[in-house]
Amino acid sequence: MFNLRLIARMDIKGPHLIKGVHLEGLRKIGDPQEYAQKYYRAGADELLYMDVVASLYGRNNLTDIVRRTAENVFIPLTVGGGIRCIEDVDLLLRSGADKVAVNTAAHARPELLSEIANRFGSQCLVLSIEAKRDDKGSWEAYTDNGREHTGRDAVAWAKQGAKLGIGEILVTSVDQEGTRKGFDIELVRQITQAVAIPVIASGGMGSMEHLYKVVEQGGADAVAMADILHYGRLALPNIRAASRQHGLPVREVT
Amino acid sequence: MAKVVVIDYGIGNLLSVTRAFSAVGADVELSNAHNAIRDADRLVLPGVGAFGDGMRGLQQRGLVEPIRDFATRSRPFLGICLGMQLMLDESEEFGHHEGLGLVAGKVAKVPATGIDGQPVKIPHIGWNALHTAGRNNWDAPILKDVPEGSACYFVHSYMAVPSEPQSLLACCDYAGLQITATLGQGMLYGCQFHPEKSGKVGLKILENFTRL
Repeated sequence: MFNLRLIARMDIKGPHLIKGVHLEGLRKIGDPQEYAQKYYRAGADELLYMDVVASLYGRNNLTDIVRRTAENVFIPLTVGGGIRCIEDVDLLLRSGADKVAVNTAAHARPELLSEIANRFGSQCLVLSIEAKRDDKGSWEAYTDNGREHTGRDAVAWAKQGAKLGIGEILVTSVDQEGTRKGFDIELVRQITQAVAIPVIASGGMGSMEHLYKVVEQGGADAVAMADILHYGRLALPNIRAASRQHGLPVREVT
Repeated sequence: MAKVVVIDYGIGNLLSVTRAFSAVGADVELSNAHNAIRDADRLVLPGVGAFGDGMRGLQQRGLVEPIRDFATRSRPFLGICLGMQLMLDESEEFGHHEGLGLVAGKVAKVPATGIDGQPVKIPHIGWNALHTAGRNNWDAPILKDVPEGSACYFVHSYMAVPSEPQSLLACCDYAGLQITATLGQGMLYGCQFHPEKSGKVGLKILENFTRL
């Protein structure tokens, strides 16, 4: 098995790092730069910035935050929220982002995914899927932090995205997000089995057991963590050491 | 202060590369001027995306000959990710494309099955450990003070296959597949991984480059 990636996820509203429950009820945590620097030093494998109000205003406000982060953080940065066109991607990549995560605009026009992949390469394109369980035992993809229905089946959408040339999938369980009750293992498992590209599991990590389960049973290639890191309930060096001890390969941080 | 020219050819995350060189104390300049490239002290070719687009970006700006000229002058050159792949003779990515031909070899798709016959996830994304490619190639100055087993950040679907074994400085193991991680031939170096995104280890490699 390949090294599991430990990703620090930072949801941003305006100039603030925030955190919600089910992607709602947002609370301010602090200054994103400070947290980015802290997670970089602590050995995060990647950082993920999500502008949680971008879709509402139709634009991503993270270019300044990304530009400042890229001054002293030398690990991959993924940026999502409000990315609508090639020009938005270009601006973010030029500001220091390595990858962009797209959700809302791809539902409106799936070809956008192919256009981004063709122009900048699949390696910089992450499809962000916000999934909520429905009463039929499957999951629907949502936009706008789990508020807007798309009518699309999340697993089928993941498959379609892979065909359109995305390089990775970020799957956030709206049901589990911010609850600390564990990832939606079955959702992650169905998506990792449906596609041959890496999958990042997000939403719900409250303990190491949750991480082990989503990797071993869900097949996740990477785990995005927010709440658990922001509130200091676990720190990255401990998460890394525990993963290794449990038998999950993680990179050696020097 | 070491002067580094980073080639700006409309592709890639140039900001990160320039920031990382600044962080290791280099005087870094972005340029697509023919003279600045031909006469640079140290030249860096970054890049992400498809091989054909990369070559087209260089051709449209008339940069192929200045880069080839530079390469004959025994000064340090570093290709990063796609930039490393462009150093080779040719690629099979989306058709057949001619490369810069600075190092003998070609670019091929990362196989979709591992040596155990199991499917391999493509792209190869994540932190992977560097290890020696057999000979004493690890002694190359670009890898000075980089311990074997150090992990660097990779993100790619194609890989460099050099024809001369001595130009293969370091590999990484992906599902049993040996993937070229670092190339070297004289003063010409290439990294498949992103040193500018590989934390302290990556910065050390960039610092080594500025001291060649």
